[in-house]
Amino acid sequence: MKTETLSRLRAAIAAKRPVVLATRLADGEQRLWPEDALPAPLHAAAEEAAISDKARTVEADGEAWFLHPHCPPLRLLVVGAVHIAQALAPMAQAAGFAVTVIDPRRAFATADRFPGVALRDDWPDEAMADLKPDSRTAVVTLTHDPKLDDPALDAALRSEAFYIGALGSTRTHAKRVARLKEAGHPDDAIARIHAPVGLDIGAVTAPEIAVSILAELVAVRRGATP
Amino acid sequence: MSDTTELLDRAAAWAAAGEDVAIATVVQTWGSSPRPPGSRLILTRSGRMEGSVSGGCIEGAVADAAREVLDGAPPKTLEFGVSDEQAWAVGLACGGRVKVFVERLS
Repeated sequence: MKTETLSRLRAAIAAKRPVVLATRLADGEQRLWPEDALPAPLHAAAEEAAISDKARTVEADGEAWFLHPHCPPLRLLVVGAVHIAQALAPMAQAAGFAVTVIDPRRAFATADRFPGVALRDDWPDEAMADLKPDSRTAVVTLTHDPKLDDPALDAALRSEAFYIGALGSTRTHAKRVARLKEAGHPDDAIARIHAPVGLDIGAVTAPEIAVSILAELVAVRRGATP
Repeated sequence: MSDTTELLDRAAAWAAAGEDVAIATVVQTWGSSPRPPGSRLILTRSGRMEGSVSGGCIEGAVADAAREVLDGAPPKTLEFGVSDEQAWAVGLACGGRVKVFVERLS
């Protein structure tokens, strides 16, 4: 590896830009995708590696290339600094997520209640506009309050967030669906919302509900169909 | 991820301090192997070592290859396997096969 390639790789990681280091195993020739171009078949494979976050060796034109993705951590944006969020945030961090908790109610979003977690006390629509959820972001709303949840869901649905979940009963969700439709979201977009949020494991307590949410997040991220 | 970042930072720091640095990376695995593709081991001519490409069973051979690469040999791909069926039977962690790419930082 050239020291210059190493510098660029470290700069991309520091800037949280997903990149794929492609190495031709026969001679060690390297490209840092997408900054450096790759021939078509490798380009597609690099794109896939960046999404799956899995390093692997591929054959292209009879040559073996090692594709090594370096992706920023997945993000989890939690709306509602509530009891379930207190349980979910550290669990999600342990699973490798960079967690941000959003709640304009300052009594809720305090460092005492969320040690070591990034907190935002602006309104969800402002926070979401700033945080720009992408295909490596999950959004979970937990407030039960449409004033807070809806703007976040609205922004999430307009993004490529890989997971969107909303706490609330089936009945609550039906009302939510009606509101989101009124706001102009088509049915197939609204169907992206996992509601009630989390896998059905009979969770009762806040930590149990956090487990069910995190389990669903992992299942979606890993392409399992629980 | 932070492991990766730390390792790359360390490699850069060693190089900046004038060390000759080699990088070994797991590029392919078959069967059970302790470290997944992308795992790195960085080594210096002076004998420093950080990271891992196995549970410790092939690091010695990788260090030998690293020394050759640091001496000017082209980058090389090493393949390690367990041919002895008994290794499986006794449940050695290092069953399976692994390919490791060794290059120098230049």
